Amino acid sequence: MVCDLCKNGEAVIQLTEIEGSGVRQLHLCEKCAAERGVETTLSAAKPQINNFLQTIHEQMPGAKGEPVHCSFCSSTLADFRATGRLGCAHCYETFEGSLRDLLRRVHGNSRHIGRRYVAPLPSELPHVSSATELRDRLKRAIESEQFELAADLRDKLRGIE
Amino acid sequence: MLDLTLLPDGGASWLDASGEHADIVISTRIRLARNLEGYAFTPRARDGERLRILTQVREAFAGLQSIEDGVLLRVDELPPEDRLLLHERHVVSKELAGLNEQPVRTGAAVYLSRGVGIMVNEEDHLRLQALHSGFHVADAFGVLERLDSELGNKVPYAFHSEFGYLTACPTNVGTGLRASVLIHLPGLVLTKEIGRVLAGLQQVGLTYRGMYGEGSEVVGNFFQISNQTTLGRSEGELLDYLVRVVTHVIEREEEARRVLLRDAGYIIEDKLWRAFGTLRYARSLSFDEAMNYLSGVRLAVGLKLISGLSVYTLNKLLIFSQLAHLSHTEGRALTESEANVARARYVRETLAREAE
Repeated sequence: MVCDLCKNGEAVIQLTEIEGSGVRQLHLCEKCAAERGVETTLSAAKPQINNFLQTIHEQMPGAKGEPVHCSFCSSTLADFRATGRLGCAHCYETFEGSLRDLLRRVHGNSRHIGRRYVAPLPSELPHVSSATELRDRLKRAIESEQFELAADLRDKLRGIE
Repeated sequence: MLDLTLLPDGGASWLDASGEHADIVISTRIRLARNLEGYAFTPRARDGERLRILTQVREAFAGLQSIEDGVLLRVDELPPEDRLLLHERHVVSKELAGLNEQPVRTGAAVYLSRGVGIMVNEEDHLRLQALHSGFHVADAFGVLERLDSELGNKVPYAFHSEFGYLTACPTNVGTGLRASVLIHLPGLVLTKEIGRVLAGLQQVGLTYRGMYGEGSEVVGNFFQISNQTTLGRSEGELLDYLVRVVTHVIEREEEARRVLLRDAGYIIEDKLWRAFGTLRYARSLSFDEAMNYLSGVRLAVGLKLISGLSVYTLNKLLIFSQLAHLSHTEGRALTESEANVARARYVRETLAREAE
């Protein structure tokens, strides 16, 4: 169906106008609807969270003195900027300074005030092989060409095995 | 083909229209994002790590009282049509089902129990979620809180004294809590108030999305309203705030409906009966078309113009008239045009049964 006004665009909005006792129906394209001041769900501002990646790009230069990569998962701040996802829980400590600023921008606050969590004691948990964990970290370090870290992890692994 | 009757409640108890304001609020969903210590986050983790995570939480699930009689589904081992079916049923996210650009991840699984579920190896290792019918924030959170405490005693969560529960994306860090309400707002759309209401939500720190969450389009006047921030407020504050704002939105919607009836009674009535007539007799319906007419009929039921049609049936029509559900009923993969015909038949027959 074409737009009733411009007779050109595809009508995507059916507008029911009520004027006095009269009622008329108009089929409008997105553009003509916007010109008549109809705020469609499409033209209404999109949620700001979509700008999150842009915020990271513009406002995360990396704080001074921060390490270049995370010693646990080998992620860098550049990885985070590219994906918007951190590599592991340790990244929060590695890039603490930069993240604190970002969290203030995104949430208006950087301090958690909700439930506190106390992890169960390791003795209450099933045993997780640390050699397997080290092997995973070693592979990731090699993949991200962090050879110094890789050598370090390899030595640790030899120590265990 | 996946047998959904194996799920504790068929994965559909959230459609039963039992909650408050059930004609306006379809469902309330709350989720908590949690990660385990000792592993990279899911997107960075290797296949072996994700499988070890799955093994570790599987052992932990076995002894949990709050999710007794649950079923674990290895989403990564399901064919695409079954993954789509679970997504359409709202029990797994698009990301877990591998329906985004990324293929399904090794180790992706979901544990489903009555009204609660745990997605494993989603963007975070664990996404605990409760899905309830109607506007039931406190009940949904109560169930989830118990599950979270129990599980947190069995596996170590990644937690930071300043930043709270740590998550792959910093937009979820802190409480890891996202509460969302699936709400039907045709009155506000017809009176052209919706733009202002949505803009207002964003100013007060809430956000909206389409029916299927992040990145989904709004169809049929169904919106998901949820908290945007997760850090710097307690779980209770975040939920109270959402309840207050959504209550206000419901009042605005009810007011808009009164205005429509008062100022344009006959034209609205005509429009809604036409929607009903189309659904009752059409021989082919696209999904968007069906959603839009169902929106009209739902409004008519809310305004008590049409009687003898339950909100439960309307909820079921929303979910069961989707592509994977229709294919599931027919027992084979349907093309789009076949699905349109099957959809029209399903809607027609359901409405005819209800009219008897």
